[in-house]
Amino acid sequence: MTKNVMIVGVGGQGTLLASKLLGRVLTLRGYDVKVSEVHGMSQRGGSVVTYVRFGEKVSSPVIDKGEADVIISFEMLEAARWLDCLKPGGQIIANTQQINPMPVVSGAAEYPEKITEKLKAAGAKVDADDFLSIAVEAGSALAVNIALMGRFSRYFPEIDVETWREAIAQSVPPKFKDVNLRAFALGRGE
Amino acid sequence: MKELMLGNAAIARGMYEAGVKVISSYPGTPSTEITEEAAKYSEIYCEWAPNEKVALETAHGATLGGVRAACAMKHVGLNVAADPLFTISYQGVNAGLVVCVADDPGMHSSQNEQDSRHYAEASKIPMLEPSDSEEARSFTKRAFELSERFNTPVLIRMCTRVAHSQSLTEKEERTVPEQVKYVKDTMRVMMTVASRKAHERVEERTKSLIEFAETTDLNRVEMGGTDIGVITSSVSYQYAKEVFGDGASILKLGLSWPMPEKLIKDFASKVKRLIVIEELDPFIENHCKALGLKVEGKSLFPICGEFSQNLIRKNMGMAAPESVSFEDPVPPRPPVMCAGCPHRGVFYVLKKLKCMVYGDIGCYTLGATAPLSAMDLNVCMGASCSGLHGFNLAMGRAGEKNSVAVIGDSTFIHSGMTGICNIAYNATNSTVIILDNSITGMTGHQQNPTTGKNLRGEPAVKVDLEALCRALGFNRVRVVDPYDLSETERAVREELEAEEPSIIISRRPCVMIKGTLRKPPLTPDHDKCIGCRACMSVGCPAISVKNKKLQLDTTICVGCGVCSQLCRTGALEVNKND
Repeated sequence: MTKNVMIVGVGGQGTLLASKLLGRVLTLRGYDVKVSEVHGMSQRGGSVVTYVRFGEKVSSPVIDKGEADVIISFEMLEAARWLDCLKPGGQIIANTQQINPMPVVSGAAEYPEKITEKLKAAGAKVDADDFLSIAVEAGSALAVNIALMGRFSRYFPEIDVETWREAIAQSVPPKFKDVNLRAFALGRGE
Repeated sequence: MKELMLGNAAIARGMYEAGVKVISSYPGTPSTEITEEAAKYSEIYCEWAPNEKVALETAHGATLGGVRAACAMKHVGLNVAADPLFTISYQGVNAGLVVCVADDPGMHSSQNEQDSRHYAEASKIPMLEPSDSEEARSFTKRAFELSERFNTPVLIRMCTRVAHSQSLTEKEERTVPEQVKYVKDTMRVMMTVASRKAHERVEERTKSLIEFAETTDLNRVEMGGTDIGVITSSVSYQYAKEVFGDGASILKLGLSWPMPEKLIKDFASKVKRLIVIEELDPFIENHCKALGLKVEGKSLFPICGEFSQNLIRKNMGMAAPESVSFEDPVPPRPPVMCAGCPHRGVFYVLKKLKCMVYGDIGCYTLGATAPLSAMDLNVCMGASCSGLHGFNLAMGRAGEKNSVAVIGDSTFIHSGMTGICNIAYNATNSTVIILDNSITGMTGHQQNPTTGKNLRGEPAVKVDLEALCRALGFNRVRVVDPYDLSETERAVREELEAEEPSIIISRRPCVMIKGTLRKPPLTPDHDKCIGCRACMSVGCPAISVKNKKLQLDTTICVGCGVCSQLCRTGALEVNKND
């Protein structure tokens, strides 16, 4: 059975490293994997999305409406934007950080209130936390992506912590290894 | 062990394994990583050419010299390279030549949605279409074999979802064929006699390629249920597999031009209902119809936009998964110019002066977005310069006094030079602003002939833009710093007024280039801020207003000071300690 995970956020937030890490973990565990993202224009502070699909044999590289088992959101508004891709009753892991898009900054649109409550009302399971503070506690605000992946790892017990730690060591420069391993552990809640 | 590899990286891997020696390309999303990844193999010489035409001619020249060569470009780049493409098809190759073209269904980062398969048919060049990274790698190697076997360039067509998806890929050793000797052959001179003979040869070649298409394993039949038979290619194959699994039979065309006839007819005879699933134009469908087959395609699926598994499910009348939308409207998050982007100041001035702005292709196309909204139109690479000339021919002095072209440094070298040459030569009093940010920005920071570095980051000849513009016939060439709003405004006003054509070079390196000097963030003074929102008019993502007071995101502010020039109360002070 193919599992579908979406990683969503704002261009520049480090979603690419998160998907790289997840891809590496899944490859180490012998799954067939497809990771799909769009480069270019959308990286200039726009909304960004990465699709990660894994299982015995994966065909389509994208995740469509109602197909995601998990959405990992780096920002609250992006969780709301991609909600329609979630399976009914699926899991959202969200960073409570809010980044105003230009239409909100300029006053042309409003940032929705009480997003977590509304996601829950729509039937989603929501695990929202201040991963930015967790990353800062680990030693670097830039490690927010790894902190989020730490939380995500709790929802996939079939992948052991050692595999994650090995993949992190392979994915980040050696001098940032310790801070990222710390962010992973704190994000995971250990 | 198989490696998780980006489609574009897999093309590069295939080129490496095929023993390619020379790659010349111009960057363009979604094709750029092919050349960037290839450059990581020290055995392959890689370069950024000024444009796609130069790239293809260079690659072809390398194959004449006897080594395997390639180039990569986005779909609209193939328009630029089309001129050599059609005649290289006649001329053939000495060693293998592969042209990799990446289409962008859905227009994630493109100005149109053209279907490059028409080029294969029109130029009579075979085209391969991988559907994942492993095929991207292996098809690339096959493409070089085909090129040499049939004496033709070969096109590989990627699309965004194959180019920018990672999937598991094999790796094989690199094998370099022996360099082919160059022998002078008068039949390479494409004048009447040789061209006529070459055309006849090309038609014979196509017949041989159709024969080849009937039996090659690049095309694959996967028999399943026979109520529905699907003919498909590229990523559409993956969507069809996702939806139908073994419930339908599939003919997957890896060689999408020329198409087999017997194979298609034979497949059609084995299924009750024949459906073509292909993004963009009805290319395979029309071919099937020409074979006299009863087939459905664009009666079920759209020509516009990308496909997905749900689109196929819905249009086939099958159930799609349930989904819930968020209850409130979700504000869009469009891409924006970065904080400290040097283009911002220019567009602020152009908006203030209410100029008609003929735009071009690059990061600065974002000058069209609110709140700057300072671009009237854009067409293609270089069109700003030539288009403005035409506009002013029609408008006369009224146009000349109020209109400008804006074009980036890389785009200017690509195809703006010829346009400004026409302005000078045919004498309209036009004003062109070259936005020189010392990099090819939008595609992810590639070097170009104005940056003083080559693809590998080594020192290279640096085109002197001022001297170039003068040489092309401009007396009035001036350089401004776009961070200085009053200087920029004065320059634009004076050049619009001037009685001859002029060039303004707005010069500031992109703040995202590694090593660009950044100043400390500004320090907002909330006591002085009166909440007038003047600073908001430049659309900087670092600035917002909360409770009628400005807020500055100091993590992204680079202290460019453009906003502080708009503040009348001194609430945005530039830090002096730089």
